[in-house]
Amino acid sequence: MTTALSSPGFAGSSYGVPVGLADAISSDAALRRFLHGLPGVDQVGADARAATLATRSIKTTAKEFALELGIRMVDLTTLEGQDTHGKVRALCAKALRPDPADPTVPSTAAVCVYADMVATAKQVVGDQVNVAAVATAFPSGRAARDIKLMDTADAVEAGADEVDMVIDRGAFLSGRYLEVFEEIAAVRDACARPDGSAAHLKVILETGELATYDNVRRASWLAMMAGAHFIKTSTGKISPAATLPVTLVMLEAVRDWRETTGQMVGVKPAGGIRTAKDAIKYLVIVNEVAGPDWLDPDWFRFGASTLLNDLLMQRTKMRTGRYSGPDYFTLD
Amino acid sequence: MADTSVSTSSATGATDPETTGTRPADPRAAFDYAPAPESRAVVDIRSSYGLFVNGEFVDPVGGTSFKTISPATEEVLAEVGEASVEDVDLAVRAARRAYTRVWSKMPGRERGKYLFRIARIMQERSRELAVLETIDNGKPIRESRDVDVPTAAAHFFYYAGWADKLEHAGFGNDPRPLGVAGQVIPWNFPLLMLSWKIAPALAAGNTVVLKPAETTPLTALLFAEICQQADLPPGVVNIVTGAGETGSAVVAHDDVDKVAFTGSTEVGRMIAKTVAGTDKRVTLELGGKAANIVFDDAPLDQAVEGIVNGIFFNQGHVCCAGSRLLVQESVADEVMERLKRRMSTLRIGDPLDKNTDVGAINSAEQLAKIHELSDVGEAEGAGRWSPPCDLPARGFWFPPTVFTGVSQAHRIAREEIFGPVLSVLTFRTPAEAVEKANNSPFGLSAGVWTDKGSRILWVANQLRAGVVWANTFNKFDPTSPFGGYKESGYGREGGRHGLEGYLA
Repeated sequence: MTTALSSPGFAGSSYGVPVGLADAISSDAALRRFLHGLPGVDQVGADARAATLATRSIKTTAKEFALELGIRMVDLTTLEGQDTHGKVRALCAKALRPDPADPTVPSTAAVCVYADMVATAKQVVGDQVNVAAVATAFPSGRAARDIKLMDTADAVEAGADEVDMVIDRGAFLSGRYLEVFEEIAAVRDACARPDGSAAHLKVILETGELATYDNVRRASWLAMMAGAHFIKTSTGKISPAATLPVTLVMLEAVRDWRETTGQMVGVKPAGGIRTAKDAIKYLVIVNEVAGPDWLDPDWFRFGASTLLNDLLMQRTKMRTGRYSGPDYFTLD
Repeated sequence: MADTSVSTSSATGATDPETTGTRPADPRAAFDYAPAPESRAVVDIRSSYGLFVNGEFVDPVGGTSFKTISPATEEVLAEVGEASVEDVDLAVRAARRAYTRVWSKMPGRERGKYLFRIARIMQERSRELAVLETIDNGKPIRESRDVDVPTAAAHFFYYAGWADKLEHAGFGNDPRPLGVAGQVIPWNFPLLMLSWKIAPALAAGNTVVLKPAETTPLTALLFAEICQQADLPPGVVNIVTGAGETGSAVVAHDDVDKVAFTGSTEVGRMIAKTVAGTDKRVTLELGGKAANIVFDDAPLDQAVEGIVNGIFFNQGHVCCAGSRLLVQESVADEVMERLKRRMSTLRIGDPLDKNTDVGAINSAEQLAKIHELSDVGEAEGAGRWSPPCDLPARGFWFPPTVFTGVSQAHRIAREEIFGPVLSVLTFRTPAEAVEKANNSPFGLSAGVWTDKGSRILWVANQLRAGVVWANTFNKFDPTSPFGGYKESGYGREGGRHGLEGYLA
């Protein structure tokens, strides 16, 4: 997992922006020109495309494949003020073995918790499931930069494999793109470990606050230029969270990014994806927009809590031909 | 074909299962969509069908019939009666009787009730209609289910609302129906074209004799059953099946007051000659060679969707298909790259499969025409490209095809191919785009793709086309008029304007 993501040549303050894009970050004005020069997104068209892809009918073997893949892509999440160490340990046990009754069910990709829970989570999952920590004054991102960097460093030091940061939406919406860029790059630096490796950085755009698809595309590029390993839709604290068309626009961005730079960046829709049926729609969009290369937990994740049980129920239904009640699946 | 990877550039190499570490590689490399066929069981196809005259199915006088087949499998679906001149005469007489005795005397409010009832039954039986349309026509079930049938029902709902408000339609304070309408429709949208014709005619108080295309008569005959189910008075709708001769008989009949035709320009010309010198009213909706104009500031991903939807929707069997792509030179390479990548994800095959994007060509005859013009395009020197794909062994199939380096002088830039074949031309300035777009004997539709609102308005004002779509394509709505300039025909269908052709 770790080796897969630590691909060479990622951008960031100490990594170097890919050749050809260096000029774009030479000044705030240059960055604005670059981002505003990206092709626009027609909202009606993007919505229509997502709606059409959502009509794909995924049955039998294809459904089995999708459910299995969906489980492996889940970042099992608890991000509540009321989280306790006991709650996190329970979540981790669930991530390791989502269905105690069926050992053939794969583990989820990661658990996603607040930074102060990382050590607890790490104790349970060890190296079998990644631990992702939200950082940078999640979910609002409203704190001084050194606090955000310390937040990040704290999570990494506690053993986080992945860091989910939020961008400064205020700066983005007021057009201070270079500030957002520099902050992402600085957080990317703060993900470094003493041994030279680094936690992988997911950049949360909080698309519900960016409002337009043009903004989503610009923020996606901005994050990728600054060195994001993943771009993520939402914190889950704002409505709307992940939607199909927003994810479509982000998948177009990572696809175009690879065309431009040769580098792959992952995508993580988070929040509001609760049913297996919805998850399969996302996988169809991944398959047909970004391409099958992204159909892997290294390149696509679901940030979710309740989704996992529905995936398990549907999987059991496919195997046994019968639906079990919710009491046959563990709460966490 | 649908699973063809779009990856062309060198990735990080990190997708190699060997390097992804902890998890075992999945044995199935790709997300192969399993077959998801819509069930044929919902529709009951009879072995033979008569003509629908005066509210009943009757055998044709001459006793002759023809076969209708499924273009995807070449399987014979049913024997359908062939209406002769005598049969057409009986149908027109029935329509006249119904007109004078019942329909023209009925208050608009009552006529509206029948139309609402038909619309509701069409919705109730939508799955049946969609499956039958797909079997008989070859179009993907996704399109018949999500476009054809809902839009057809919407036309009945829309015109049902007009039936008691005709004096407010802007055609005088006491507009009168014309009488008996003879209507001839094509095979590309059999049920939808039927609705475009029958709904406004009935709302305005006319009765109709309709001839569906000989390759796609089945949904019209199911519609006849719906008329029975709705208790529509006998003779208000009559359906006569047959080929060109039957159509000629409908058009030429002395007691037909109005002729409405959708189809090829060639047949349209013949009809115009037939009715010349008579007092029949005529509307013709004929061919097209629409320009889909993509400017360099267009939302490119959506423009590519619009190009695909413009020419590959319904296998390109669309009179308003965006068959000429005019793309600004400065973005031509990028658009072509994206278009080819997108075309590689189109799924071709069993029209009843819910995941099919491109279905079967409607007939062997049409397939031959597409082959002929495509070969001409190649011979003229245009660059031909199709994504790699396996076409079914039986049935009539043609892969989505794009021609690059096409010039205005090429036949594939001027003639209607009526298939999944796109001709790509480039332009440098807005004026050149407009000039090239208008330089066609046709003028049915056009598309403009740009982020600039002022440019949309300027271009739309310059284009001589009946419909101009901005940042979209092939969108249909019953409230919107549709029709052509030049050789694309005359008269408008849809909206308030669509009533004019049926009122005096």
